[in-house]
Amino acid sequence: MRPINPRGTWTLFLREIRRFLKVKMQTIFTPALTAMLYLVIFRYAMGDRHVPGLEVDYFTFLVPGLAMMAMMQNAFANTSSSMIMGKVMGMHIYLLMAPLSAVEVVFAFLAAAVVRALVVATVFLAVLLPFVDITLLHLGIILLYGISASIIMGGLGLIAGMWAKDFDNVAMVTNFVILPLTFLSGVFYSVKQLPEIWQQINYANPFFYLTDGFRYGFLGIGDTDPFASISIVIGSVVVTVLCCWYLWYSGWRMKE
Amino acid sequence: MNALEINGLTKTYDNGKTALNNVTLTVPQGSFFALLGPNGAGKSTLINMLADTVRPTSGEVTLLGRELFSDRAWCKKRIGVVPQEIAFDPFFTPREVLRFTSGLFGCKPDEAWIDELFDRLELTQHCNKNTRQLSGGMRRRLLVAQALVHRPELVILDEPTAGVDVELRRRLWSFMRELNAKGITILLTTHYLDEAEELCDQVAIIDQGNLLTARPMKEMMSEIASSHLWLNYGKPVALTAEDSSALAAFDPRANDEGVCLKLGHFEGGSTFHEAYEAAVSCFGPPIDAGVRSEDLEDVFLRLTAKETGGRA
Repeated sequence: MRPINPRGTWTLFLREIRRFLKVKMQTIFTPALTAMLYLVIFRYAMGDRHVPGLEVDYFTFLVPGLAMMAMMQNAFANTSSSMIMGKVMGMHIYLLMAPLSAVEVVFAFLAAAVVRALVVATVFLAVLLPFVDITLLHLGIILLYGISASIIMGGLGLIAGMWAKDFDNVAMVTNFVILPLTFLSGVFYSVKQLPEIWQQINYANPFFYLTDGFRYGFLGIGDTDPFASISIVIGSVVVTVLCCWYLWYSGWRMKE
Repeated sequence: MNALEINGLTKTYDNGKTALNNVTLTVPQGSFFALLGPNGAGKSTLINMLADTVRPTSGEVTLLGRELFSDRAWCKKRIGVVPQEIAFDPFFTPREVLRFTSGLFGCKPDEAWIDELFDRLELTQHCNKNTRQLSGGMRRRLLVAQALVHRPELVILDEPTAGVDVELRRRLWSFMRELNAKGITILLTTHYLDEAEELCDQVAIIDQGNLLTARPMKEMMSEIASSHLWLNYGKPVALTAEDSSALAAFDPRANDEGVCLKLGHFEGGSTFHEAYEAAVSCFGPPIDAGVRSEDLEDVFLRLTAKETGGRA
């Protein structure tokens, strides 16, 4: 039986938290500023226009989706930037040399990604709540979808960071994979607004279920049944975590 | 007990290059062990396999009686590695780095020990600066502190003094000697062979992935190291077949200024007279002559030159 290293796991988790807290401008204040910009642009540009098929005004519809998008992007950034920074600066060897199992490393990285995502979402929503009529209608659903999305995106960030050789590789994944998938996950529109073919494409995007379920938690409305989508979300979490564990365990692109 | 028992360790990379070829080596516990070899010899590959940053192709390693590859967590807690390349975390201060490193190895940060490390490695004044503000030498010393902060029983130093000035190097070695005297095994690779000769009680030489020799330093110097008679003729000397035959007992080597003959030793004397007379009969009297004993660098060059088919 392999001895476990709870102190090492806790230390790695704390280190990852401290890392993003050291760059508060990026991780705390930027989401707050972005929220203000969204407020100015969408709240006043769209006015009281309603989303077709859903009894809600467009800005209220947007806010949970934007919060979810910020969570997903920050969770991805937390793990991917830490990994690639470690590789470029040579610090990743201390993770490889430390007596930490793959389970412990993955747990610490993903837990820190979840914390960053929750901090970002809290700041984002705290800025916008005075201007929008939303409540924590189904807190359990909000947390389930929010945390699941953070784990999935944190996991994808970890894999991208392990795969990447330089910052450009990570930027490529961020800009050509993550950004399109999050933008096309129903953050800015209801899937009912789309032509049939695009609706089908949306249903194949796992990020769509995350955004839609998260929105349901706040507004009680959505394009899918969030309870029926739980299996897709949980399945995606399990697959992502297992992939992270296996890749770290095998030393994929980390050990020669 | 031995600190390390390496048995048939081999590393072949995906491109087919064998960096380490069936190396078998024992590092006694409490020894100060020099692992020497030219660039690309396989030293760092060996160290990286011990540190778990490179996967072995085959072979076994025992650390303090425990199987390294199957009991990694136990073994890793007992190994501290100073990597060859400078690595630093630009987000944190040296003190934070040492606290995190302690924690990663499962140890509660020992502030007294951390302070002592800063003191011994002359980083006290810089311990609360961001690592980005440290010079290259300071960063390298921080790597040494990181390797020691969890109080390992085996410390592996992969060229730790590159870029460190002479005075600091001396202090670092003094610190390492103290640690070694307390029973910590130290495995050192360095290009400063005089340092290895002075510090280490065991030595192994590796080249092109193959182990050439491994033995106690004193034994190596007395058995392998020999003295040579250097005869200066002020011009290159051509060794004919006849000369080579006449001087065969002295392993003659011609160079730009003359010839060099290896001296044999026996109780109470050497073959100096015979060698000198033989050289004079072949080339005439030299304009200058001298005897020089081999140091570790000569032995190193001679052994690694033989491996590559050249002549020292």
